Parts: sequence; structure tokens; C-alpha cells
Amino acid sequence: MADIVSFEKIKHKKKMATEDLIFTILNTTFLVLFAVVTLYPVLNTLAYSFNEGNDAVRGGIYLLPRKWSLRSYHEILFERPGIRVGAKVTVARTILGTLTSLAANALLSFILSRKKFLFKSGMSLFWIITMYASGGMIPVLVLFRYLHLTSSFWVYIIPGMVSAFNVMVMRTYMAGIPDSLEEAAQLEGAGYMRVFLSIISPLCKPVYATIALFVAVYHWNSWFDAMLYNRFDPQYTTLQYELMKLLDSVSATTGTTSGAQMSQAAAANTITPITVRAAATIATMAPIIALYPFLQRYFVTGLTIGGVKE
Amino acid sequence: MENSIVKSKRTKEVDINKPKLTAKEFKRQWILVAISAVYVIYGIIFYYLPLAGWIIAFQNFVFAKGIGGSKWVGIDKFKFLFSDKTFLMVIRNTFVMGVLNLFFSTVVAIAFAILLNEVKNKYFKKSIQTISYMPHFLSWIIVVAIVHDALTSTGIINDILMRLGIFKQPYAFLGDPKLFWGIVTLSHLWKETGWNAIIYLAAITSIDPCLYESASIDGAGRFQKMRYVTLPGLRPTIMILLLMNMGNVLNAGFELQYLLGNGLVQNVSRTIDIYILDWALDARNMDYSLGTAAGIFKTVVSMTFIVVSNYIAKKKGDERLF
Repeated sequence: MADIVSFEKIKHKKKMATEDLIFTILNTTFLVLFAVVTLYPVLNTLAYSFNEGNDAVRGGIYLLPRKWSLRSYHEILFERPGIRVGAKVTVARTILGTLTSLAANALLSFILSRKKFLFKSGMSLFWIITMYASGGMIPVLVLFRYLHLTSSFWVYIIPGMVSAFNVMVMRTYMAGIPDSLEEAAQLEGAGYMRVFLSIISPLCKPVYATIALFVAVYHWNSWFDAMLYNRFDPQYTTLQYELMKLLDSVSATTGTTSGAQMSQAAAANTITPITVRAAATIATMAPIIALYPFLQRYFVTGLTIGGVKE
Repeated sequence: MENSIVKSKRTKEVDINKPKLTAKEFKRQWILVAISAVYVIYGIIFYYLPLAGWIIAFQNFVFAKGIGGSKWVGIDKFKFLFSDKTFLMVIRNTFVMGVLNLFFSTVVAIAFAILLNEVKNKYFKKSIQTISYMPHFLSWIIVVAIVHDALTSTGIINDILMRLGIFKQPYAFLGDPKLFWGIVTLSHLWKETGWNAIIYLAAITSIDPCLYESASIDGAGRFQKMRYVTLPGLRPTIMILLLMNMGNVLNAGFELQYLLGNGLVQNVSRTIDIYILDWALDARNMDYSLGTAAGIFKTVVSMTFIVVSNYIAKKKGDERLF
């Protein structure tokens, strides 16, 4: 009797092992496919960007260029003033915007995380409301026009400086720092600003890094504000907005016309070659991809700060 | 991160020495109060004034005349909106794409997280995860460029389909109104699946390992453990994220649709935000009041979604936002 039971058990275990193996193989295949689908378009764009323009229109380029050329990179770097201006504005707004936003959010989070702050609940409510109720695109546009923020660089910096969402993340982190540190510093005669700068901020480096990263990526990728507020002011264009214009000039033809018509058009230089757009795409994503391996640990901690519910 | 907001709002801090508003205490923290005042002024200007700006929906607002000088028209703008076939169409488009996106992004992210969690090799797992959330950091412009390249007549999708002999001619995917919603949903999945999965993966790690052990002792296989331990363990996270995203259903329709849409598919691609933008940017028929009215409609519906879904969650004893 006992033998039969153990025999059954072994059979069951064997069945489980084969099931496990099949599952592992299928799962691994699926995940590798997932990674390929994620990476391939980027690598394909890279190949296009190094290919000669008229040749690329024929298609059939996969992971390597067919006819090498640096022409497209030369064009975006030296022959398109819009892209150069856009790059400058984008770098400026990313640096300035990230620094001001980080400072503004951190200070507000500090105030809201002080347990003895007199107007704590009122102030929290004031900012939480802004997360749910928004005036909408047009009232904001009208307001900015009255404030003379349109047709200006500052529209990229000032309005988005304080974000209730980021404040809530930082506040949660700061609230987790023991009060005794603050009390000890205050006994030594430190004021609130001193506590903020010398006690709390050094302990908040991880959350600062996370928020700075989010804000920086937001600034780097912005184009809509450039279109809505500064479309008649080429000196305030952004990199992504220039990329969007390139996209428009390519997609105006590729969607519906045939390859032959397109190569004629490309030869006549009436449209932006697909390779120029590919080069601009690569140039725009390069900084993010380059920094990505170093920064990724921050946003993972960032997303899980305050934690998933236990 | 999102949960933290919820949590800090719900746990009422039981503070024994809750500060009383006395002159002495006020003097002690005057600097906090002073800085707060600056923040309140900032908040009123950039967040509350636009809300007050809703009144221009009841006017025939002309920028040069200002709010004081523009003519009041009552609810005429709203009457026009709801008699405008285009507006009803954009409501449908926004809603359908929002729901498709919410549903599929949730389901696929959970599935991806569970599958990734089953991987035993640490390095393989880490590599796949790192690759999976890279697209989150690319702009929608780049994503649209990529989708576009993949779907053009010389793109990889047509290439594969023609090699397999399914199509003889390249197919204009982006010109087909029947495919547009699907393409939008898939583009969202390409960009955000890995990112959305992060929070679910973190939630899976926090499930008590004892539960898996006792399930094994009871003879549960791998799939049964996924079904009866992992999924129920994820339930609170799923509920909270669904609730938070309910308010965003109508917000999910702008950049991608604006960039990917074209004349051939505009009946299914245009969303409320695009409709508003068209009224705002149209040089000849610029109508700020109409755009504002459409924006009010969107905000009110979003708020209703949040409140109602929160109420349902409360009734069913699930997690809730407030």
C-alpha cells in the first residue's frame, strides 16, 4: 500500500517537472520576444539614420545600414537651424526647470511634513485639490496670455514648478525621517531653514534624485507647450517640437503613397528624407538611453517609495 | 508612490501634542507660515485662477475685450456642444480609447509581472525588466515615429506579412479607420507595459512567502499558485490603481491620437482634447469659450468617474481613495 502511494507521488512529481519545463521554455521565449519587440524599432531607427537617404526609401533595412552615410547627421547638426535652437532651449529648460522644480517641491514638502506646522491640513488639502480639479487647456492658455507668459521661455519653467503629485511623494519620504533629529538640531539652536538644508535634505538624496529624474525627462520630452504657447516664436522651439515637424513632413507622404512616388519626391527634395528624421530621433533619445543604465535604480525606488500596501 | 498619497491621507495622525494656534507657536514657526503664503499665492495663480476661468464658457469670450468686456451668452456654448455631431463623436472616441487602454494596460501589465516573477535566473529577469521600461522614457513623438516606421508600406509589419504571403500588396494600416483604436492600444502597450508592471512586481514581492509554501504543501502547482495566491495578493494594488486611473480615462487621449491621426481616420482618431485644441488654434474661427465648455465637460465627467468608482469600491469593501 505504502509503495503504491509513493509510486503515485513520483509520477505526480514527474508530471509536474515536465509541466514546469514546458512552462519555463514558453515563458522564456515569450519574454525574449517581448524584449526583441521593444528593442528592434530602436535599432532599426539607428540603422536608418546611418543609411544614405534615397537608398533608404526602398525599405528593406533591418539591423544594419545598406549604404553607409553620415549625411543625415551632418544635416541635422549643421543645416537645420531649428534643431540647433531647439537643442539649446531644451537643454536650458531641462537644467533650469529641474533645479527650480526640485527646490520648490522640496521646500513645500518640508513644510507639509512638519508635524507641528499650524496649517498642515489646510495646506495639504489646498494642494491635493489641484491634483484632481484642473481648469483645462483654454483657461490656462488665456491666463498665460494675460500674464505675458506666452511667447517666452519662462512658460516652460514657472507654471510647472510645483507639482502636488511630486510633493506628496517627497512629503511621505520626509515624514519617515525621525523627529528626534529635528528636535536635537533645534535644541542646538538651528532654525527651520537650517534643519531643512542641513538635516533633512542630505537624508533625502534618493527621493530628490528620483523626482529630479522624472522632472528632467518631462522637460526633455516636452513639445506640446512649445506648440501651444510659442509656435510663432522659433527662438523658443524645443527639440521634440522640431522632431514633430520632421515627423509631419515625412508622414504626409509615407502613409498613403507608394514607394516609387516617394523616391521621386525624395529625389526632388520635396520631403524630408526618412533618414534625417531617424537621425533626429536617435539624437533626441541618445541622452536618455546613455544615462538610462545609471539612473534606472532611482526610478524604481522612486515608484515604490512609500511602498505598496503591505 | 501613488499608494503613499492614499495612505498618508487615510491614517489620521494621532498627535498628542497637536499644535494649538497660539501667538507663541505662530512666532516660533513664522518662517514656515511666510513661505506657505508664497506657495498659496502661486497655487491660486496657476491652479485656482484657471478654475475661475471657467466663467468664460458662459460668454462669447474675445481675448482683446477681456472677461469684463465680452458678451454673456448663458449656456449657449453648451447647447451648441451637445448639438454638434463632431463633439458627440469625439466623446465616443475618447471614452472608447480610454477604456480600451485602461483595460488592456492593466491586464497585460499584471500578466507581464506574473510571468517575469516566475523567472528563476536573476540576470535574465533583471535584463528583461530593464529593457521593458525603457520605452516609458521616450517621448510620444518618438513612439509615433517608431509606430509609423513599422506600419508604412516599406515597414517591418508589411514586410513580414508579404513574406508570409498573407498580403500581396503593402497595406496602409494607418489609413484604415477600423484599425486605428487597435493601433493606439498597442502603441500604449509598447510604451508602458514594463513601466506599469513595476508596481505589480513590487506588490508580488511583498506577498508573504509562507502562503506559497503552504500552497505547495497542499499540492498546488505553479498555475494554481498564480491563480490562488499571487492574484488575490495583488487585488488591493489592482483596485487602487484602477481607481486612480478611472479619473484619467478621458485624459488618455491626446498626444498619441494627435500625432498618429490623419485625414483618413479622423472620425475615429479625434478626441475631446484635440477638439478643444482645434477651437483654440483655428485662426479664423477661434472660440475660447467653446473650448472651455468642452474642457468643463471633461473635468466634470472625470470627477464623477472617480467619485462613483470610489463609492462602488467602498460598498464592496475594497480599497478606496478617500
